Amino acid sequence: MKKPYQSLEDNPTYNMKQVIYCSLTSKIFSLCLVLLLSFSTSLIAQEGDPVNGKSLFNSNCAACHKLDKPMTGPALRNVEARLADEQGLDRTWINAWIRNSSSLIKSGDAYAVKIYNEYNQTAMTAFPQLSDQDISDMLAYTAAPAPEPVVAPVAEGGPVQEGGVSNDLILGALALLFALLAIALVLVNRTLNRFAEAKDIKVVTEQEKRTPLWKAFVQNQFLVLVTAIIFLLASGYFVYGYFMQVGVDQGYEPVQPIHYSHRIHAGDNGIDCKYCHSSARVSKTSGIPSLNVCMNCHKSISEVAPETLAEGTDYGVDYNAEIQKLYDAVGWDGTGYTGDSKPVKWIRIHNLPDFAYFNHSQHVEVGGIECQTCHGPVEEMEIMYQHSPLTMGWCINCHRETNVKVKDNDYYTKIHEELSKKYGVEELTVAQMGGLECGKCHY
Amino acid sequence: MHINMKKATKYIVVLAVLVSFMSCQKNSRPNYQYMPNMYESIGYEAYQESDAFANGVEAQLPAEGSIPRGDFMPFEIENTNEGYAFAKANLTSPLDSTQVDYDRAGPLYGIYCGICHGNKGDGKGKLVQREKILGVPSYADVGRAITEGSIYHTLYYGKNTMGSYANQLNEEERWQVVAYVQKLKADLEK
Ligand code: HEC
Ligand code: HEC
Ligand code: HEC
Ligand code: HEC
Ligand code: HEC
Ligand code: HEC
Ligand code: HEC
Repeated sequence: MKKPYQSLEDNPTYNMKQVIYCSLTSKIFSLCLVLLLSFSTSLIAQEGDPVNGKSLFNSNCAACHKLDKPMTGPALRNVEARLADEQGLDRTWINAWIRNSSSLIKSGDAYAVKIYNEYNQTAMTAFPQLSDQDISDMLAYTAAPAPEPVVAPVAEGGPVQEGGVSNDLILGALALLFALLAIALVLVNRTLNRFAEAKDIKVVTEQEKRTPLWKAFVQNQFLVLVTAIIFLLASGYFVYGYFMQVGVDQGYEPVQPIHYSHRIHAGDNGIDCKYCHSSARVSKTSGIPSLNVCMNCHKSISEVAPETLAEGTDYGVDYNAEIQKLYDAVGWDGTGYTGDSKPVKWIRIHNLPDFAYFNHSQHVEVGGIECQTCHGPVEEMEIMYQHSPLTMGWCINCHRETNVKVKDNDYYTKIHEELSKKYGVEELTVAQMGGLECGKCHY
Repeated sequence: MHINMKKATKYIVVLAVLVSFMSCQKNSRPNYQYMPNMYESIGYEAYQESDAFANGVEAQLPAEGSIPRGDFMPFEIENTNEGYAFAKANLTSPLDSTQVDYDRAGPLYGIYCGICHGNKGDGKGKLVQREKILGVPSYADVGRAITEGSIYHTLYYGKNTMGSYANQLNEEERWQVVAYVQKLKADLEK
């Protein structure tokens, strides 16, 4: 039942890639797809009608439940199977729960009490009005397999490509227009000249009577002086700017050996920075995680979800191939380590010169500064880049502006008292504590 | 008019050259430096390449059998089912109740475990909810009946698909996290 449905869906997508160019075939195909899909859903309907279930669900339950994400209440995808597998609860329990969950809880039913407490004792609305058929319809809807959005990127691909083509077209048309204009100008100029020649009007002689503009300019010394000064100042400005940015790598964004996305890991999946950069808590360097840390999760995650894969096409990467690179590097063959590993040569991005000392634990643990303050919106970066300039001025500015976190830190009690008396302030900045002394950063 | 047009093209060329100078810095390459020999360390920096070792990187595992300085107790229970059973029955925490610090253990748990096990320990962390990783148990799972010793063993060596956390947490922190897991388990069983 599930098999043919999936293979059907796989096939058209595969074909559709070629079909883009031939919209008629694609239309026929999608028509077939719709027909087949409705056919397959009507097969499910023998038990409960997922279409009716969906509308019932959306009107009654969707306020608190989603299929794949917990909201006020738990996620309900496959809830019947889940409750049966994990809790040994059957349809009668579910019926009783939905019709009146609070009486079930009061009766002391173990699982009912547990789930009630788990959700901070949020009471679920009672639905005594729902019939057995209604409930089985809704359960059929929740039991439908999660939609595979594989079709989406292909369908999207069409319009996007068209957009690209039309953009090119517009640009081309503009270029053509400009070229035509230029040619027209030249032609007009020529014909005018020819007219002039034919009528024996001397166009050039008229110009000779006046002094040419550039001669007038050169003769006016004041103007020459002013222009020279402006020119010098401007070029000085640019030269200064150029020399100041030598050695500053703000925006540096190298291509890494594995396309590793902070957006997916730290952003979408909310993995804590220190899960991977664990030495930031305790040492100078923040470090790049060794590959065994990656394998804590990637033993289970060998392929990304289809939604994620589709996102990848926007960036032009095949995420699954990138995970395969990770496996090749650690020597993982899907079930165990082969012992044949090779290091991944990540390219270092943030790098202070040898003569400057920066310590992560000092800032992250003691100072309590968020990583993002210095490294920017990491959780949105598909590819890691350097957000801050990492110049001395940048360090110093922050030390001038940031107050030392003294709360809950006995180490600071005495020195804070003495120094704040000395400076006559309530809150000490890092600078006042000595954060501007050359020796703290240069040694 | 002819001359003017030629002039214009000259200006355009000069402008183009200038602009191309400005956009010259490629972001996939590092910028130039004034004095590279003062920027680049002679001593090894963390994770640098190095020809001194067979696999070409400076970061190496400690030699087999090496022991760090300080009061270090080797963990002698083995990574086997028997070792697990032994730890489950016999291993107890060296921390007494005054040394257990939930304020420190809680955040550590949140960083390293919560993503799978959930911040309440019910096995419903973010990765599980997003269906990226499955089969994460609740600490209150009766069938597992975890103990101090078994938690530490699991943390140290990993278990099935769960990996080891021995290199991210030091010994004392591991026991702190174990204590925190025990607390979550007790809360779940309430
Ligand atoms: C007012 C919000 C709310 C509405 C509306 C609601 N629920 Fe719930 N539901 C909850 C909460 C909260 C829980 C968790 C237990 C508790 O706290 O009572 C829950 C639990 C459940 C459970 C048990 C899930 C599990 O994992 O054990 C089922 C089944 C369920 N709801 C089905 C439904 C259905 C079907 C509907 C629509 C007819 C519905 N709920 C409407 C809030 C709601
Ligand atoms: C799942 C593991 C993981 C997590 C979680 C993670 N990172 Fe990373 N991080 C890496 C890896 C691997 C690299 C090296 C590859 C790269 O530069 O993209 C890296 C590189 C970096 C770099 C650049 C290092 C350099 O070479 O200068 C910074 C800065 C960084 N991470 C900050 C963060 C921050 C901030 C967070 C939390 C929002 C975070 N990371 C979360 C694995 C992780
Ligand atoms: C805490 C769990 C966890 C850890 C640790 C982890 N990953 Fe991932 N990884 C994930 C998840 C979740 C996804 C997304 C899967 C999906 O969307 O279906 C993913 C996706 C990926 C992808 C494909 C998307 C992309 O980023 O290009 C690559 C490659 C990858 N991980 C590499 C790594 C590397 C290298 C490390 C070690 C530095 C690592 N992962 C550590 C959970 C983890
Ligand atoms: C006060 C600013 C600041 C904060 C906060 C900060 N970093 Fe950094 N980070 C830097 C600087 C500066 C460097 C360059 C260090 C060097 O070259 O010695 C760096 C380098 C790195 C690197 C490259 C490798 C290394 O260890 O040098 C990584 C990875 C990194 N940071 C991750 C993090 C993470 C994760 C956090 C949060 C836990 C964080 N950083 C918080 C300023 C900061
Ligand atoms: C986002 C703000 C911020 C930036 C940027 C920053 N620092 Fe700091 N720094 C702090 C704070 C806050 C402290 C005080 C930490 C504490 O001891 O509580 C500190 C303390 C220090 C100290 C110790 C000072 C002392 O008196 O002991 C050094 C050294 C230091 N920083 C170096 C650097 C260097 C080098 C850079 C630039 C690469 C830098 N910092 C960038 C906020 C910052
Ligand atoms: C908060 C930390 C900090 C303090 C305090 C500090 N510096 Fe720096 N300094 C740096 C950093 C970081 C760099 C590297 C900047 C770069 O690479 O662009 C640097 C670079 C320099 C340079 C080389 C300039 C260059 O761009 O290469 C000189 C010279 C210098 N510092 C002198 C001093 C003197 C003198 C003092 C005391 C008045 C001082 N610094 C105090 C962090 C500091
Ligand atoms: C990447 C997801 C993940 C992370 C992060 C994780 N675990 Fe687990 N954990 C699992 C899985 C999966 C299992 C089930 C293993 C099995 O098959 O028995 C498990 C099982 C356990 C068990 C039960 C083992 C037994 O005796 O049956 C304990 C205790 C445990 N984990 C503690 C921890 C602690 C403490 C941390 C944080 C340091 C942690 N876990 C982090 C995935 C994870």
